[in-house]
Amino acid sequence: MVIYGVYIVSKSGGLIFNHDHNVPKIEVEKSFNFPLNIKLNYENKKIVVSFGQRDGIHVGHVLTYVNGNAITGRELEDGRDILEMLEQPENFPITLKFSRAKMTTNEKIFLASMFYPLFAIASQLSPELRSSGIEILEADTFRLYCFQTLTGIKFMIVAEPSQPGMEILLKRVYDLYADYALKNPFYALEMPIRCELFETNLQTLLETVEKSGISNV
Amino acid sequence: MTFGLYAETPSSLSVNKVYVYNITVQVVRTRYIHTSSRQLVARRATGPIVNMSRTGTKLDAKKVNSELFTLTYGSLVAQLLQDYENVEDVNKQLERMGYNIGIRLIEDFLARTGSGRCYDFRDTAEKIQSGFKIFLGITPSITNWSPAGDEFSLCFETNPLTEFVELPDNYSSLKYCNVLPGVLRGACEMVQMEVACWFVQDQLKNDNVTELRVKFVKRLEDAIPAGED
Repeated sequence: MVIYGVYIVSKSGGLIFNHDHNVPKIEVEKSFNFPLNIKLNYENKKIVVSFGQRDGIHVGHVLTYVNGNAITGRELEDGRDILEMLEQPENFPITLKFSRAKMTTNEKIFLASMFYPLFAIASQLSPELRSSGIEILEADTFRLYCFQTLTGIKFMIVAEPSQPGMEILLKRVYDLYADYALKNPFYALEMPIRCELFETNLQTLLETVEKSGISNV
Repeated sequence: MTFGLYAETPSSLSVNKVYVYNITVQVVRTRYIHTSSRQLVARRATGPIVNMSRTGTKLDAKKVNSELFTLTYGSLVAQLLQDYENVEDVNKQLERMGYNIGIRLIEDFLARTGSGRCYDFRDTAEKIQSGFKIFLGITPSITNWSPAGDEFSLCFETNPLTEFVELPDNYSSLKYCNVLPGVLRGACEMVQMEVACWFVQDQLKNDNVTELRVKFVKRLEDAIPAGED
């Protein structure tokens, strides 16, 4: 039973709140000898595994540490280029740490605004009159549940496919939004929600649902 | 915000839950010019209970004595009268504050009732009525439908806002409860409906009932979110 995250998108399509809940952290550290037996690529300012999946290191994972030193972009802190470094035998054996790429806030904002037209298109593509937009989007590893209020705010939850009761949970999150965001006099409508009370209450709600199911909230 | 009069009241009055958006600072420096304190103490805890917030998501809503709300509102109006001097400006300010409350309050109403979209103004009238029940603990009657069905009146036998209020002669043009039309306008606008709203009768002005007229202006078609129209 895992809920991965909660997103709130404003009437105009901007991401006003996101909360990563229980995203499992994946980190793999391994020592390599020359020549390196996995293919690395530099894309989107990250060094990504492109081929050669082994020992828990999967295609798509991102290189984060080299010999225990953090990297930024394709360079070590001292400015050495990592991809060049990995071509030279004298640098081996070398310890590389990989982890799953974390979404940056910008990427989240981008994806949230991407969902907005998809939702609208879905309602227009519908063969039936007066169809809603996307309410559930299913993939093999997660389900995205979306609930749009009459005022046009979208609440979204990303959860494990087997997690039940998410539609009810969305309404509970709406309750919390109405209580702790809108009744906060210092919260301006349509602006990102930075209300501690809202976050703590949301956190509690999600934990309760994960532990003891939706019937207890 | 402190209420000396209520200092010894046993019921748990939660001040921070009362709707006083953007006005808290003004309420702090307040004198109750609209009512006498003797009356207040004597009539304490007799008024209806106003439902202002929920704890958690359980149905047993946390309630607050309506008199606290009445007093807060009274102090707000009194302060506005001091700040603006011109009664017309006060009416306008109250309406504006109501609007700002309404655009937030609608979410609370929807989250709490789970009600759907209105496709007829009669639905709207009933929902507004239930809104008054939820937030003010009163049930105004719906009357005087216009033949076209686009205008109706809400009649209040009692009104918690005016519980202890007598309007002085020099404020005869003051629309004391003008926050209510603002709330209705703001709330309806958020569900893509433009309404006009005004008082035609007022018990404070020696009418038998307080009558609030609500008129449907138009649906805000452009604002209806995709997947809803």
